[in-house]
Amino acid sequence: MREITFSEALGEAILEEMSRDPTIFTYGEDIAKQGGIFGAYKPILGKYQDRIIDTPISEEVIFGSALGAALAGMRPVAEFHFADFLFTGMAAIANQIMKFKYMTGGQGKLHLILRGPDGISKSAAAQHSESIETIFMHIPGIKVIIPSTPYDMKGLFKTALRSDDPVICFEHKMLYRMKGPVPEEEYYIPFGVADVKREGKDVTVIATSRMVHESLLAAQELEKEGVSVEVVDLRTLVPWDKETVFKSVKKTHKVVIAHETWRRAGWGAEIAATIQEELFDYLDAPIRRVGAKNVHIPFSPPLQDFVVPDKNSVIEAVRSVL
Amino acid sequence: MELSKELLLKFYKDMVRIRNFELKAEELFLQGKLPGFIHLYIGEEAIAVGAMANLRVEDYITSTHRGHGHMLAKGASMRKMMAELYGKKHGYCKGKGGSMHIADVSIGVLGANGEVGGGLPIAVGAGMAIKLQKKDSVVISFFGDGASNRGAFHEALNWASVFKLPVIFLNENNQFASTERVQETTSVENISDRAVGYNMPGVSIDGNDVIAVFETVKEAVERARNGGGPTLIEAKTYRLKGHFVGDPQLYRTKEEVDLKWPNEPISRFEKKLFEGGYLTEKEKEEIWNDAKNEVEDAVLFAEQDEYPAPEEALEDLFEDSTNCLY
Repeated sequence: MREITFSEALGEAILEEMSRDPTIFTYGEDIAKQGGIFGAYKPILGKYQDRIIDTPISEEVIFGSALGAALAGMRPVAEFHFADFLFTGMAAIANQIMKFKYMTGGQGKLHLILRGPDGISKSAAAQHSESIETIFMHIPGIKVIIPSTPYDMKGLFKTALRSDDPVICFEHKMLYRMKGPVPEEEYYIPFGVADVKREGKDVTVIATSRMVHESLLAAQELEKEGVSVEVVDLRTLVPWDKETVFKSVKKTHKVVIAHETWRRAGWGAEIAATIQEELFDYLDAPIRRVGAKNVHIPFSPPLQDFVVPDKNSVIEAVRSVL
Repeated sequence: MELSKELLLKFYKDMVRIRNFELKAEELFLQGKLPGFIHLYIGEEAIAVGAMANLRVEDYITSTHRGHGHMLAKGASMRKMMAELYGKKHGYCKGKGGSMHIADVSIGVLGANGEVGGGLPIAVGAGMAIKLQKKDSVVISFFGDGASNRGAFHEALNWASVFKLPVIFLNENNQFASTERVQETTSVENISDRAVGYNMPGVSIDGNDVIAVFETVKEAVERARNGGGPTLIEAKTYRLKGHFVGDPQLYRTKEEVDLKWPNEPISRFEKKLFEGGYLTEKEKEEIWNDAKNEVEDAVLFAEQDEYPAPEEALEDLFEDSTNCLY
């Protein structure tokens, strides 16, 4: 199968769906001429110029206008530039987009997508580095997708572009250039279906995004020690795939959850609590969580490396539950 | 501009309908029949009515937490509004939104809004959609004087101007943002002066004069429909009632409010109609009776309606909520 980058997979998804659906348009800062700050939109440079729009730096309108445009019959894809800047426009997201349908008794089809880069990059420091997907899992009202491979990126994003519910997509900065197999033919990945990225029998590691790859590296090393690790990539946090997670837990009886967002009250806490509530009898060890330390992402490389989890954090956690 | 008798009487009837709805809402709230908060539009009816007379069904509005008047003037069902105020099953939001969150997307009402200024970015989005769809619809975004001090106001006006969107920003300056006087919280005397910063026409008008509102909005709507972009209109009015029903109103005196009542839009307009021979005492009585009957019918509908079943609280979050509720 051909191999393309994560960025190219995103670009293909948008282009394919834009050619099919004239109501899709995409907008944000630095996208139409620049291709996005991490080049995520390079594959669509020069295409559909009337529907790919550079906007002012106005987060509240970038997000709030998505709601208005969706209600008026379009299918907007708004870029958030850096996940940290979601906070700048949070009123429009949490008070308007995420509440509109519910508080109006189910009115309107809110087919809108917010997407953009999140996660650490090299010394981008606290306001350009954070992974904040948990917040959008905590507040009801938006579906959360967080792909880890080009294949998943394209398949999930194509589904998002056909969804009639609001979707937020977190794309890790360190993954945009990653290459992976993506079929030429059309495919869609449904939300709420996790992917077992590696089969194993001793420990289940539940991860998303960059931490899927760190977990796979950890699994390779642990295999040398005779430990068989199963890596479950959730791919979507709302909804999340309880069935696949439970199946894996019932097989391995031991669980590690790995995410880059803060460990304290990160989404791993929700998954761990659910497993503990519903599968307590299957557990042979306490569930361990891997996440960033509970400080902001610091600038200096050794500080950043200390705060942000990697494969070694996963290895250590797996060893602790064996 | 010479306006037809039919249109003038429509203005009057629509304002009287809103007034009666609000008086009844106040009464019901004070009787303890309505949960939550009620923010009344009494004294501001001319703005909703004058503005909305320029709109078609396919045009959009965004409203405020003082939105009953906007809804009724845009053609919303009074029964469904009243049922929502009661928190009943057949209310506009099936009892999930209440007064502050009523919407009727089917007639272009993209939501009242509990957040001051929250509707401005939504209006801009609807404007973007209209432009991309190459339609000649327009959006009116209603907002109060307090909202004009929020960042959302600045972002929305700049954006609408940059992209020349068909959005009319209709400020209802009722002199109070919650309990704060506009003079104490706002850097300019006229909110319309701020239009200069966004390179769009800005005008302040008497918001208690329904004809002035109608004619000013008409011009802005025509400009927007013809691709001329946005307008900022400040309609100066006065909030005759408290911020919400039950507001002790420590920030003003009863004497101040009493002085403002003679300028309220309905009796002012009524006088004009009598003088012009457009209205007789008998017709006036009929119009008020019709409005009262319509409100009573809505109350009856709401009182006879059932409450939603508790588990209906889990519906309406998404089109497809599969596995999204845990």
